[in-house]
Amino acid sequence: MKLLRLIPNNTNFDFLRLKVIAFFFSFIILSATLISLMVYNLNYGIDFKGGILLELRSKNLNSPNINQLRDTISTLNAGEVSIQNFGKETDFLVRIQKQEGDQKEQIAMIEKVKSLTDKDYTVRRSEFVGPVVGDELKTAGIYAVSLALLSIMIYIWFRFEWQFSIAAIIALIHDVFTTVGLFSLLQLEFNLATIAAILTTAGYSINDTVVIFDRVRENLRRYKSKTHYFIYNKSINETLSRTVITSVTTLLALFIIFFFGGAVLSDFALAMIWGVIIGTFSSIFVAVSILTYFNINKGEKVDDRTNIPEYEKEN
Amino acid sequence: MKSLSNIRLILIIMTVIIGIVYATPNFFNTSKQDQSLNFLPGKKINLGLDLKGGSYLLLKADMDVVFAEKLESLLSDIRSSLRKSKIGYKKLSIQNDIISFQKRKNYSNEKIKSILLSLDKNLIVENKLNSFLIKFSEQNKKNITKTTMAQAIEIVRRRIDETGTNEPSIQRQGVDRIIVQLPGLDDPSRIKKLLGKTAKLTFQLAHTSILPEDLDKDSKSPPGFIKLQEDKNPDRFYMINKRVMVSGEMLKDASPTFDRNNSPSVSFQLSPLGGKKFGRVTGKNIGRAFAIVLDGKVVSAPVIQTQIFSTGQITGSFTVQETNDLALVLRSGALPAPMIILEERSVGPGLGSDSILAGKIASIFGLIAVMIFMLITYGMFGIFANIALVCNIIFIIALLSLIQATLTLPGIAGIVLTMGMAVDANVLIFERIKEEFNSGRNTLDAIEAGFQRAISTIIDANLTTLFAALALFSFGSGPIKGFSVTLMIGIATSMFTAIVITKYIVFLYSKKKDINSVFLKD
Repeated sequence: MKLLRLIPNNTNFDFLRLKVIAFFFSFIILSATLISLMVYNLNYGIDFKGGILLELRSKNLNSPNINQLRDTISTLNAGEVSIQNFGKETDFLVRIQKQEGDQKEQIAMIEKVKSLTDKDYTVRRSEFVGPVVGDELKTAGIYAVSLALLSIMIYIWFRFEWQFSIAAIIALIHDVFTTVGLFSLLQLEFNLATIAAILTTAGYSINDTVVIFDRVRENLRRYKSKTHYFIYNKSINETLSRTVITSVTTLLALFIIFFFGGAVLSDFALAMIWGVIIGTFSSIFVAVSILTYFNINKGEKVDDRTNIPEYEKEN
Repeated sequence: MKSLSNIRLILIIMTVIIGIVYATPNFFNTSKQDQSLNFLPGKKINLGLDLKGGSYLLLKADMDVVFAEKLESLLSDIRSSLRKSKIGYKKLSIQNDIISFQKRKNYSNEKIKSILLSLDKNLIVENKLNSFLIKFSEQNKKNITKTTMAQAIEIVRRRIDETGTNEPSIQRQGVDRIIVQLPGLDDPSRIKKLLGKTAKLTFQLAHTSILPEDLDKDSKSPPGFIKLQEDKNPDRFYMINKRVMVSGEMLKDASPTFDRNNSPSVSFQLSPLGGKKFGRVTGKNIGRAFAIVLDGKVVSAPVIQTQIFSTGQITGSFTVQETNDLALVLRSGALPAPMIILEERSVGPGLGSDSILAGKIASIFGLIAVMIFMLITYGMFGIFANIALVCNIIFIIALLSLIQATLTLPGIAGIVLTMGMAVDANVLIFERIKEEFNSGRNTLDAIEAGFQRAISTIIDANLTTLFAALALFSFGSGPIKGFSVTLMIGIATSMFTAIVITKYIVFLYSKKKDINSVFLKD
């Protein structure tokens, strides 16, 4: 059987020569993120903003009418309301801003919408998040992302040299920041699931980076007479096949969640699809490229672990 | 080769069998009553509310109200202690959560302080010249919160139990919050209504000469009296004696019924002590209006016709549902603090089962896609990786069932994602073997070296991913926590399957066959 080979054996691309182009690309997407955040901000979901969300399904399967629903709900004078199709033609997501007054007003508004749409729609989901909880979740989200970045940085610092740790963390921030940028630019709802997607992306991206760094460390020891430039390139090339295959299997799974996992998960999957692609890119072009600016010792300082089996040392 | 010992094989097979045993119940659609799978030790995975449908409520006890009440009762304790010790005082009052008063004569400040502290040693007492300031310390507040929350949870549980909701879960969260989870209930409006009332019931006498007809919203109350609104008619007021004659704690039972005019009402039964008190009060005050006050509003104020002892009726303009609810909250006791709903999430059964279906489809398609890809990329080794992958999924399901973790929709996404990422460990190993082989090693050496070198990479890479999952767990509320748990389990099982199971199969195979033709060479 002829097997699929995505990457030929013994590739020898000069990845680092593309460093400038890659930095330029990173600069563009980072700037785009920054500008988008300034201009459009994030489309915070009720998890962070507080407010009311209802998922309705039309009982009349033939002619669900978004305009009619809009008119019905506008009679409530509920302030800012957004109504959109959700997954299916018969399903709608109704978001209503936080109401004036205390929690009782919020609860009362849910009841009002329910009774008003009762005739034509079934309520599939109703959510209400108070502003206090929203602020807390926001803080917790920032805290979680920072905690993840910090613990990853410390781990890599211990297992590798500090230079690796800095390169890895810059690559990671690059990924997290541009994923947030994607949500801002496409104005996708930024909610709890998005934080989960971002952290998983971070996990994937660092996984990729560590695999390459592992090889860099090994090769630094093995090819003491070669230049850093050669060693870095060689390490990327040697791990390239694995990088691509793992990206493909992960993307396969993600695309399947995107297409078959239902409307609730599709944004989540989209964030991770972007995360896997950008994570792979940043491992090669950001993390390793940054290493070139450090003069990493090839001597004993590099953690000398039992990577080379006994029998090889005899050779 | 050492690693090919029989013990290792037996251990692997046993692990897989245990995994299968614990995972099996999840593949059958059995109801609770069905006994046919009871011979298996495991239980099904706990489905989250987003999958099985239900309501989640986050409640906060309004502690400020409780502190104010406690301060009020501290005030009257101080008053009676000072009187008992015959210490003259003036201007005893509460302002901004602080009780203050001034002593009249030259009593010893130290003595007054010790009297105040004898009420509660944790109080903060400040003394300047003749004036005293008393407030609650953090320790006081902590103690009050602790007892209040313990009571509140108990009352919330009782009220929810009375509605007959299946398997509700009621937990304290943080300092002053309660999480209520109600599986299978997609419209929690009744529960919210029941929890919205503190249900503090008191019986108090009404003023004999100031009648509702004489009162409007601007009327002032004479000392010892308080003007209260009527429950159903906010424009009607009663002048009520502040003294509580009988209170809700003395109720033994309450049930919905109908009064003489056949309108819905609630009948109650008092405890022996309460009955005695009630009899004394009603005996002495025949002909006076006796107000039934619920949560600071007058339900009704019937005129006492005869002496009543332990049973009575609460009438008012009720609907049948209202008398049902009122009887229920009276039976369960008053909440020690008003409950504020901070967050509510309800999922209907339709969305839940759609999500499960979508999750199943995504899982199956994901599994097939990844397996096909591994097969066409690695051939025979791909089959090994796929065996490891299937074992991996069995282990994930078994572990989720074993620890009774809650599987949520994002959690299913986590499993599908793990399928994609789980093969990574295998890919690392296979690629490494390939490299070692291409650099001139013989087959068995290449395999040995490949595994040995890949493992440290696998551990480094997975541990860092684990940190991200741990951060997610610490952040976690509900569905997100579920996702991080599946992710962590996935990381652990994928390392195990790659390092132990794949390795064993590969070694077994390479001993029997010449694997050069399989995938190492093109």
